[in-house]
Amino acid sequence: MTRVVVDVMPKPEILDPQGKAVTSSLQRLGHRGLEVRQGKRFEITVAGELTEERLDEIREAAEKLLANTVIESFVVRVEDQQ
Amino acid sequence: MSRIGVVTFPGTLDDQDARRAVRLSGAEPVALWHASDSLSDVDAVILPGGFSYGDYLRAGAIARFAPIMGEVVRAAEGGLPVLGICNGFQVLCESHLLPGAMIRNVGRKFVCRQQRLRVESTDTVWTCDYAAGQEITIVLKNGEGNFQADTETLRRLEGNNQVVFRYLDNPNGSRNDIAGITNERGNVVGLMPHPEHSVEVLTGGTRDGLPFFTSVQRFLALTA
Repeated sequence: MTRVVVDVMPKPEILDPQGKAVTSSLQRLGHRGLEVRQGKRFEITVAGELTEERLDEIREAAEKLLANTVIESFVVRVEDQQ
Repeated sequence: MSRIGVVTFPGTLDDQDARRAVRLSGAEPVALWHASDSLSDVDAVILPGGFSYGDYLRAGAIARFAPIMGEVVRAAEGGLPVLGICNGFQVLCESHLLPGAMIRNVGRKFVCRQQRLRVESTDTVWTCDYAAGQEITIVLKNGEGNFQADTETLRRLEGNNQVVFRYLDNPNGSRNDIAGITNERGNVVGLMPHPEHSVEVLTGGTRDGLPFFTSVQRFLALTA
């Protein structure tokens, strides 16, 4: 079993109101100089062997469904192989 | 009499009001179900507001892949009039029938109020009964109505006269004060405010939303 992780983040030029809310909450808690941007993490467990084709399939799925590339960017990476 | 379909997804809230607005404007409302792959030969389709699939993943992202959306996309590309209201607008953007995307409101609050808009384009199937530059007031209610698109896309929208409505007092941070847009052909329109709630003074405060539903009927009568 292999785990593939897809990280989705709002693009740098896109405002991130959620990240801003978390940032100001951290400031209220006394944490200065910490700026947060909030994204999403998808953990995908792949049955069977992780081939290059399978990885391409996941990249395609990320582009089509997991991220909206108008406002978000994504990174696909293999986390662990057992 | 025109037959106007209104799609119901799991989590749709405003399908009844949309069907009622269609009826009050003199057309026949037709209920369409998300899991069906038939548009039942309707003359136009409305994707109403709500929280389809609980807004999971992103607003409209799951609804985009509902069986009926395959038919809606195909028909829209063939010229069928399609109107997306609020969550319906988000579904149209996720489906790539309209450019751009909606993110959370800049003030981080759900905004619910009577919203003033300026009609920027009457050159669409859904707005031909308005006057260009007309100022209208209809209901607005959303938490993620902040329209975003890259600068090149905005330039194209502005240059092609595809901005259909602009906020007079931007409630959510939308770029260029954009409240609603259309595709190049003018048959697909999406907007965040709710014309279907503003078709009677008693329940909606104004009747400024009614021309959406009469516009499409005039268009259909002229092209019949």
